[in-house]
Amino acid sequence: MPTTRVAFGAEPASVPSSFSPPGSRSLLGWAGGGTAGALGLTLPAILLILVGLVAPIGLFLVRSVANPEIATGLPRTVAVLGDWDGTGMPPEAAFSALGEDLRVAAGSGRLGEIARRLNFVSPGYRTLVMRTGTRLAAGGTGAAASPRDLVALDARWGEPVTWARIRQESGSLTGAYYLAALDLRREPDGRIGVVEEANRLFLSLFARTLLISLSVTVLCLAIGYPVAYVIASAPARWTPLLLTLILVPFWTSTLVRSTAWIVLLQGEGLINRTLRWLGLIEGSLPLFANRFAVLVAMTHVLLPYMILPLYGVMKGVPPDLVRAASNLGADPWRAFRRVYVPQTLPGIAAGTLLVFILALGYYVTPALVGGASDQMVSYFIALYTNQSLNWGLASALGTILLVLTGLLYAAFGRFGSLRSVT
Amino acid sequence: MRPDAVFDAGALAVRVFAVAVLGFLVLPILVIVPLSFTAGVELVYPVPGFSLRWYDDFLTRPEWLLSIENSLIVGIGTAILSTALGTLAALGLSRLPPRLGALLSGLMILPMVVPVVIIGVACFFFYAWLGIVGSYAGLILAHTTMAIPFVLIAVRSALAGLSPDYARAAAGLGAPPHRVFVRVTVPLLMPGILSGALFGFAVSFDDVVVAMFLSGPQQITLPRQMFNGVRENISPTILAAATIMVVFSLLLMSATNALAARSRRMRAA
Repeated sequence: MPTTRVAFGAEPASVPSSFSPPGSRSLLGWAGGGTAGALGLTLPAILLILVGLVAPIGLFLVRSVANPEIATGLPRTVAVLGDWDGTGMPPEAAFSALGEDLRVAAGSGRLGEIARRLNFVSPGYRTLVMRTGTRLAAGGTGAAASPRDLVALDARWGEPVTWARIRQESGSLTGAYYLAALDLRREPDGRIGVVEEANRLFLSLFARTLLISLSVTVLCLAIGYPVAYVIASAPARWTPLLLTLILVPFWTSTLVRSTAWIVLLQGEGLINRTLRWLGLIEGSLPLFANRFAVLVAMTHVLLPYMILPLYGVMKGVPPDLVRAASNLGADPWRAFRRVYVPQTLPGIAAGTLLVFILALGYYVTPALVGGASDQMVSYFIALYTNQSLNWGLASALGTILLVLTGLLYAAFGRFGSLRSVT
Repeated sequence: MRPDAVFDAGALAVRVFAVAVLGFLVLPILVIVPLSFTAGVELVYPVPGFSLRWYDDFLTRPEWLLSIENSLIVGIGTAILSTALGTLAALGLSRLPPRLGALLSGLMILPMVVPVVIIGVACFFFYAWLGIVGSYAGLILAHTTMAIPFVLIAVRSALAGLSPDYARAAAGLGAPPHRVFVRVTVPLLMPGILSGALFGFAVSFDDVVVAMFLSGPQQITLPRQMFNGVRENISPTILAAATIMVVFSLLLMSATNALAARSRRMRAA
């Protein structure tokens, strides 16, 4: 088959065709059937990644806009409110429909789900729904609820805004989680407004995540560049030792390294004790559970990811050019800046973007050494998944993080490939 | 002063700085090792006396033993599965038309760039639906997707450095293609395949976050168990666990380096 590529770019085999019929087997002995056979070899890995990761992420993206709770939990109410224009009080039929829906939901155990969903719309609606639902179910008359019945159970049923909010969130898709993830919300009249200052959380969270990632990246570059330069220009007999000193932290798990920083930085940690013992300080320096600790530990964890690609590029920079520039009269600093640094740009680009991408998604290190105001987006994604059970919001935050990472990765692809790093 | 002298002084300063940074990289890891051998309870220098009591504690507590066992089960499972699939994929990719190959390898590299929390949360929801949250199968599946890119890169770089001469010679001597593959090509690729397996194990052995979402009480891995402990209070037992993890990572690193050296020798031969 003419499309079959000879592996490894070697010249076509001059092997007698009886041993290696062209196209049916490669020279090295695997994969009959050309492209189809080669595809077959990749298939198991592709399938595993599709099932193990791509499908889960697809579902995750869908979850950030999915809104099944109200549409399926309060079907009668949603049907009635669909004909209502959203101003003033809803028709009386809405009250009896809601009474019926909540009674059914309480009976089938779905009340909590509806209550939790409506609580995201407005805090306090959880108790509103739970109380109304359980009392209606306990009443047990089966008679249609009148507006007066519901208002007697909770005065909020007499307010148009309650009904307007339920109507707004009755679609099977919602943008509410994305709005919430950007500190926005839909007002009862349909406008998009900014949430109260006291409840704003996420814009500053994204800003903080970007700021920490950027600071760590700049620190890694500023520290890593000279180190990579020294390693690349050191005599060859030193190279294995110097590289080992970079590779040991690279291979040591993030968790272990973050733990080591706790031992060093905490209030009664090694650094404070040592400084006290030396008589340099009296109390304790605030080194732990703050931004300083996060920056130090994350720089420590990510520095090898900067140094290794820089070293890889610097190793290939011929020294002749810098020497030539010096011989032509450039002072050493100028020769370095104008001739050497430009040749290392691919390494700078690869290291910078790699560190930045990794920093954006960091969880373990800030969670262990940072304070409450140093947590990054990943922390809140985990929090809303495990504790607040606001899965839609967790998914919206995650999708935004994923998009940010994807944009950076696209930029990464333009400058250098991942393979240049490893 | 001559400009050269200024530059020499500068070069010396850069070297001193580099040594300081190398210290910054390595010392925090080394500093916890002696503390794990303390005879006391506090994490202080000078260490009040050395003992193995915390290692004894570590190796006799059922929750730590279970976590070691779990880490080995999940790590070895991940290494085997990711190496098998990653090696096949690397062989296949090398024979695909460049565009298709780039597309598929892009897909297979994907797990490397997705933030790990998103992998954890996304897998949690989907695997819950499949019914494999809180099982070894779920953890191994997630870890394998994360490990495949590393295996792929290791085997592809071994493939890239493979000279076709040996295979050609074997074929010239009359070996049928499948035998050339099994007896010549695979042994030549073996260092790359094995270091892929080590990477696969290391990916699994390092993971805290995905395990946090996918492991039930019976699948708590060593890093996960350690993370729980670190959040409460760092005891010398935790540092014993950390030291064992460091030793393990160093073994993995040395093995990978030895394999790389071996494949360089094989290529030079």
